[in-house]
Amino acid sequence: MAHLTLDPNLPNPDDAYEALIAAHDGLTREESEALNARLILILMNHVGDLQVIREALEAAKR
Amino acid sequence: MTYQDRYPLAFRLYPYARSADQGAPTPAHHPVTIVGGGPIGVATGLDLALRGVPVLVLDDHEGVGQGSRAICFAKRTLEIAHRLGCGPQMVEKGVIWNRGRVFHDRDEVFSFDLLPEDGHRYPAFINLQQPWFERFLVEAVDRAKAQGAPIEIRGRNRLTAMEAAEDGVTLQLDTPDGPYTITTDWLIACDGAKSPIREMMGLGFEGRVFEDNFLIADVKMKADFPTERWFWFEPWFKSGASALLHKQPDDIWRIDFQLGWDIDRKAELEPGRVRKRVDQMLGPDVEYELDWTSIYTFQCRRMEKFRHGRVIFAGDAAHQVSPFGARGANSGMQDADNLGWKLAGVIRGDYPESLLDSYDAERIHAADENIRNSTRSTDFITPKTPQSRVFRDAVLHLAAHAPFARPMVNSGRLSVPSVYGGSPLVTRDALPGGPARSRPGASCPDARLADDSYLLDHLGQGFALLNLGATLPRLPRDLPVLGFDPRTEPLLAERYLGQAERALYLIRPDSHVAARWAACDAEKLARALARAEGGDA
Repeated sequence: MAHLTLDPNLPNPDDAYEALIAAHDGLTREESEALNARLILILMNHVGDLQVIREALEAAKR
Repeated sequence: MTYQDRYPLAFRLYPYARSADQGAPTPAHHPVTIVGGGPIGVATGLDLALRGVPVLVLDDHEGVGQGSRAICFAKRTLEIAHRLGCGPQMVEKGVIWNRGRVFHDRDEVFSFDLLPEDGHRYPAFINLQQPWFERFLVEAVDRAKAQGAPIEIRGRNRLTAMEAAEDGVTLQLDTPDGPYTITTDWLIACDGAKSPIREMMGLGFEGRVFEDNFLIADVKMKADFPTERWFWFEPWFKSGASALLHKQPDDIWRIDFQLGWDIDRKAELEPGRVRKRVDQMLGPDVEYELDWTSIYTFQCRRMEKFRHGRVIFAGDAAHQVSPFGARGANSGMQDADNLGWKLAGVIRGDYPESLLDSYDAERIHAADENIRNSTRSTDFITPKTPQSRVFRDAVLHLAAHAPFARPMVNSGRLSVPSVYGGSPLVTRDALPGGPARSRPGASCPDARLADDSYLLDHLGQGFALLNLGATLPRLPRDLPVLGFDPRTEPLLAERYLGQAERALYLIRPDSHVAARWAACDAEKLARALARAEGGDA
């Protein structure tokens, strides 16, 4: 069974972080919230494993 | 006291008649008494009577109340009604549908087909006004009575007090001719969501109340919308936060609007106000009449236990769900189906009384499943926090271009029969490669047979074996065997063999699978049968 990784997994974390921040440029708080919600749903589907998603939810709550 | 109805009747089906019990020097005794002549009470009574158990059904009215109320009846319900003798009448009168479409604003974001395969006697769903559903059941009672089934429905008999003892219950009843008393071995409470029996016994009914109001406007009109369930989130016509359109018989259409929590109920029910919402939806040129309007709020809750000694609760009295998913009346019919054969067998002395505890185990499992599904739908339709609203809207937004989001759109997950997989009556699956849909605990999928009869026609009385090419072991007792050659019965092969080459199924009187094997010996069969009958195994 797959598990969540919390170890570095992106080849270039600065690029990924920059892309995330740039996506919110010029958005209102509500627009940003909506964007984040869509992004979470899209990534959740991409992960495709409820066990990993549950582990991610737990890790996010810590 | 003066005898007043609480609601007007759609059909007067069981007019009050003075019974011999009413002047009896000592209270008359009845093996089974059912309080509540609604669909679940009548279905339970009819099931028991058809199994030879004398039943008295009491109702405080003389027939069925007005208002279409429950309108969606599921395939499993129709199969149960078929066994009770009124399935064809319901389908004849009802509107058959299988497809639902969900819209966001103007755009279709999700659709579903509930019965994408052939070879079943009954469709996935029919829409039928509840008074008609009840009337067909009562007419089936009348036909069964004419054939000698021991059942009596007494109208205008209202329960005013009761006393439950270990071996039976004493009931005080009121009638237009005054009060009388009866005793009964078993009392089945089918007296609805506000169950007076639950109140009299001081039993709890815990759960969640949802903070929203829905307006039902049933309208009569000639319209050529397809016979599909259409649901809108944030509809372009702005008549409510969500809306539903669904066809019923007699040119009646069910329209629902979501109104929100803080509303003036009386004002919202004024015909002018209702018509304004309907006009916005249908356009100014559509002619219609308002047939029935109502505002409802909803709860998801259940009793902690459904069986309390000699008092057994069924239907809305035991559990209540929101209407999204048509899981109210349909789950109540499954209660009746589950209870009938068990109680009849206990009364005949064939099964131990403890078998009735499995009614609790199986139907509480079902109630939890229905509550979970109905709560999820309700949380999607009526998001309970701002953040939950953000995610709901994100799903609707994504559904327009991202296929993965479409199955998340939840306007109701429609009633399917519960699978009693964890039940103490069910034996572990021993058919490798067998289809999941007919696994132990599941209700038998119907299948058209080579002679054009249907599998379920052959089930439903007592326990039975379904043999598809397996070697039959010595039988523990006289047990009917339905043997079919899977090579000439493709639908049975598909629905009961899957990847397996042969199979033997033990099927309960409610057409749920008790056990299945690729190969079975006399001892395994005897053990599975004993377990399914509530004995030690």
